Amino acid sequence: MANITLKEIAHSYTGESENPDDFALKRLDLTWRDGGAYALLGPSGCGKTTLLNIISGLLIPTRGQILFNDQDVTRLSTEQRNIAQIFQFPVIYDTMTVFENLAFPLKNRGRSKKEIEPRVIALAQMLGLENSLHTKAQHLTADLKQKISLGRGLIRQSVNAILFDEPLTVIDPQMKWELRSQLKHLHKKFGFTMIYVTHDQTEALTFADEVVVMYEGKIVQVGTPEELFEKPAHTFVGYFIGSPGMNIVPCELQGRTALVKGQSIDLGTSYASPTSKNVKLGVRPEHLSLNPPGEEGLPVRIVKVDDIGRHKIVKVALDDAIFNVIMPEVAAMTGDMGSLVMSSDHVNIYVDENRVTGGTL
Amino acid sequence: MKTKWIVPTLYIIFLLLPIYWLLNMSLKNNTEILSVFSLWPQDLTLDNYRVIFNDPSWYSGYINSMIYVSINVVISVSCALPAAYAFSRYSFLGDKHLFFWLLSNRMAPPAVFALPFFQLYSSVGLFDTHLAVALAHCLFNLPLAVWILEGFMSGIPKEIDETAFIDGYSFPKFFVKIFIPNIASGIGVTAFFCFMFSWVELLLARTLTSVNAKPISAIMTRTVSASGLDWGVLAAAGMLTIVPGALVIWFVRNHIAKGFALGRV
Amino acid sequence: MIQKQVNQKAWFMVLPVFLIVAFSAVIPLMTVVNYSVQDTFGNNVFSWYGLGWFEEIIHSPRFHDAFLRQLLFSGIILAIEIPLGICIALAMPKKGWGVPVCLVTMALPLLIPWNVVGTIWQIFGRVDIGLLGHTLAQMGINYNYVQDPLAAWLTVIVMDVWHWTSLVVLLCYAGLCSIPDAYYQAAKIDGATRLAVFRYIQLPKMQRVLLIAVLLRFMDSFMIYTEPFVITGGGPGNSTTFLSIDLVKMAIGQFDLGPAAAMSLIYFLVILLLSWVFYTVMSNVGEESKGGH
Repeated sequence: MANITLKEIAHSYTGESENPDDFALKRLDLTWRDGGAYALLGPSGCGKTTLLNIISGLLIPTRGQILFNDQDVTRLSTEQRNIAQIFQFPVIYDTMTVFENLAFPLKNRGRSKKEIEPRVIALAQMLGLENSLHTKAQHLTADLKQKISLGRGLIRQSVNAILFDEPLTVIDPQMKWELRSQLKHLHKKFGFTMIYVTHDQTEALTFADEVVVMYEGKIVQVGTPEELFEKPAHTFVGYFIGSPGMNIVPCELQGRTALVKGQSIDLGTSYASPTSKNVKLGVRPEHLSLNPPGEEGLPVRIVKVDDIGRHKIVKVALDDAIFNVIMPEVAAMTGDMGSLVMSSDHVNIYVDENRVTGGTL
Repeated sequence: MKTKWIVPTLYIIFLLLPIYWLLNMSLKNNTEILSVFSLWPQDLTLDNYRVIFNDPSWYSGYINSMIYVSINVVISVSCALPAAYAFSRYSFLGDKHLFFWLLSNRMAPPAVFALPFFQLYSSVGLFDTHLAVALAHCLFNLPLAVWILEGFMSGIPKEIDETAFIDGYSFPKFFVKIFIPNIASGIGVTAFFCFMFSWVELLLARTLTSVNAKPISAIMTRTVSASGLDWGVLAAAGMLTIVPGALVIWFVRNHIAKGFALGRV
Repeated sequence: MIQKQVNQKAWFMVLPVFLIVAFSAVIPLMTVVNYSVQDTFGNNVFSWYGLGWFEEIIHSPRFHDAFLRQLLFSGIILAIEIPLGICIALAMPKKGWGVPVCLVTMALPLLIPWNVVGTIWQIFGRVDIGLLGHTLAQMGINYNYVQDPLAAWLTVIVMDVWHWTSLVVLLCYAGLCSIPDAYYQAAKIDGATRLAVFRYIQLPKMQRVLLIAVLLRFMDSFMIYTEPFVITGGGPGNSTTFLSIDLVKMAIGQFDLGPAAAMSLIYFLVILLLSWVFYTVMSNVGEESKGGH
C-alpha cells in the first residue's frame, strides 16, 4: 500500500536522445493516491501502456524516478515492487487448474499449503470461480480466464497497486459490464490502488474516480469524469470524450465576446487578449440547442439529422464551421435554416489547444 | 543470464568446424593434404575447383541435380496447391483417410522403394531421366507439401473466399489473384522444404540414374570408390554441393523460424 | 477451426496428388508385396512361397540384430537431440543481428546432401587428415572408426547430432517466438522462477512443435541410410548395419528379393506403428495436461 509518485519520467525506446520526437513518453509528473481508482485514457499509441509498464517495472524509464511512498523503486524489479498486472489478453498457465493458477504467486513466494488453501478458496468464491476450481484453466471462457488473471493479483494481499492494461478487450460486451462492476466492488472491498488503462471512454468514466488523459506522450488532463466533460483542459480531451465529441471551432476574442465566422457570441466573463493566433471555442453538443429560424441565436443551416434512438444528433453549419447539436426532438429537416443557441456557462476558450479561464489571462 | 550467448556460439562453432575443414582441404593440393597437417592451406590453390569446372562429367552432375530438383519443386507445389485447398476447405468422402495415407508415405524408408522404383521406371522407359528422379522424390515431397500448405491455408479465414465469390470472382481467378498472394509465404516455405529434401536425397536419385541424369552427389561416391584418393577434388565437390543450399537459406532467412514450424505454431 | 463444407467435387482437386503418389507408392508397394510371397531361382522364374519369407525374417538373428541396433540408435538420437535442441533454442537471441546469423548457420547442415554429410565426417574423423581424428590421436586417445565399433557408433551419433539437432532447434525456436511477451511479464509479476517459466509457459507452448520434432527425428533416424553407409559402410563387422543398410545389402548386394521384400514390409509397418505410438502418446500427454482443445 503506497502512494505512487512519478517524478519527471520520460521514456524513449531507442535510449537517451536529444531529439524530443524519440520519446514515447515526454516528461511526466504525477502522484497516484493510495487506494484510488484511476483510469489512464488515451488513443492507441499515446504512451499509456508504456507508462503502465514503467510503473510495474517491466520497463526502466530513460529519465526520471518512480517513488512508492518515499522509496525510490525506479530500478527495482517487478517482483520487488509488489505490483500486480492484468494484461489485454488473459494470461493463464494452461497446464494448471484454476486452483493452481490462483495459488501460483503464493507458492512462488514460499507460502505454506495451509496458508494458501483457505485464501484461494475464499478468493475463488469472491470471484465466482468456486465451481471450476479443479478444472484446467485452458477450458474456461475468456471472461473467466481474465478473472483468474485478476485473482492472481488479488491473492497477494499486500500488493501496492493493481494495473490493468485494457483488460476487457477480448471479453463479450454483456460480460464487460458485469466484470467492470465486479471490479468496482472489489476495489471498495480491498482498497488497492487500481490503475486502469483503456482507450474506451465509457470504461474509463464508469470505473475511475479520477481519469488521467494522455495524448502524444503527455498527460493533458487529470480530473474527475465531470471535470473532463465540463471543462476539458485540452482540445484533445474535448474531442476524445463525449459522443460526439466537443464542437471546437476557430474564433477571435474581443473581451466578453467571441467572434465565430463574423457572428458574436457572449462569453459571460471577459478574457485577456491572447498572445497567440490559435484561438478556439469549444462547446459540447449537449449544451447546444436549436430554435426555429428567425428566433434568437446564430443563423445556421441544417446539414444532417441522425436519429440514434434516445436523441437526435443535428449537424449544423455556420458558414463552414460545423456544430453537432444533441436534441431530444427536432422538427427541422436537412436543408432548413435554424438558430443555434449556446449557454455561456458551458463555453470553453482554448489558446494553443489549452483551456484558458476568463479574467486570468 | 549474461552468459546465455555461449550456448548458441559453441553450437555454431561445432556446426562450422567440419565445414571449415572441408573448405580447408578443398584449397590444398593432395600432397599437402597427405603430408602436412595444417589448420589452414599453406599453399593455397584453386586447382581442385578448376578440375570440377573443366570436366563435364563433374559439372554435369550439378546441372542434373538442379534440373530434377527444380522439376520436383514445380510438380510438388503446383499439384499440392489445389489438393491442400480441398483439404483445408471441403470435407469429402474419405478425406481423412486420404490425408493419412498421403502422410504415411513420408514414413516409407527410401531403401524399401529403391529396387521397385528401379524396375517401375525402367519398364515405363523413364530410367535415367530427370523426370524419374523428380517423380520418385514426389513420394515424400508431395505429402509434405500438401501438409505444409494445408497448415497455412487453414490459417486464412474462409470469409476471404466468400467475399471474393460475392464480389463475382470465378474460382480460378480468385485462386490466382487473391488466395495465392495470401499464402505466398506458405508457398515459399513449401518450395524451400521440397528443395531441401530433394537436394539432399541420394539413395533414390542414384538408383534411378546411370549417366544422363546422374546427380552430383552420386558422382562423388563413384570417385571415392574408384580413385579413392583425390581428397582435394572430393572436398571441392562437397563444398560446391553446400553452395546452393546456403544460397536458398540466405533468401529465406527471414522466414526460416516461422517456416520450420510449418505454419502450425 | 474452419467449418468445412461437404463437396465431393473436391476430389478433382486432390486427384493429381493422388495419382502421382499412387504411381510412386502403390505400384512399387505392390511389387514389394509380390516379391515377398514368392521364391525365385533366377531367370525370372517365380514360385509361390506364402508367408515363408516373413517367418524367416522375423526369426532371423540378422534381422533381430539390425532391428535392435536401429532402436538403440534412434533412442540415443532422440535422447540427445531433443533436449539439446530445446536448450539451444532457449538460449538463442530473440532479436538483433544474432538472430539471422544463428538461423542461417544452424539451417546450413540441413541442406547438405546426405552423402556429403557422410563425406565431411569421414574426412573430419580420419586420423591422418581429419581435424577431429588427428586431434584425438594427438591427445593419445585411440580413435579409429574403421576398426573400433565404439568409435564407429560415436562418429555416426555425433554426425547425426551435427546434422539434425538444428531441425529441433528451429522448430522449438519457432514455438518459443510465438509466446506473447505478456506471459513472461505475468510470470515475473507472479514471482515465478526461471524453471517454473520453462515448466509452465515455454514447455506447454512448445508442445505442438515438439511433437513434430520427435516424429520427424524418429522417422528419419529410423530410416537412416546414406550417412553411416558413407562413413562406415555398416562396419566394422556389422556394428553399424542399420535396417536400411541391411535391406539394401540384401536386395541389391545379394539380390535376395523375397526376404528383402518381406523385410521391407515389416520395416515399413514398424515405422508406421511406432510413429503412431509416438503420436498418440505425445498428444495424449498433451491432452491430459491441456485437457483437450
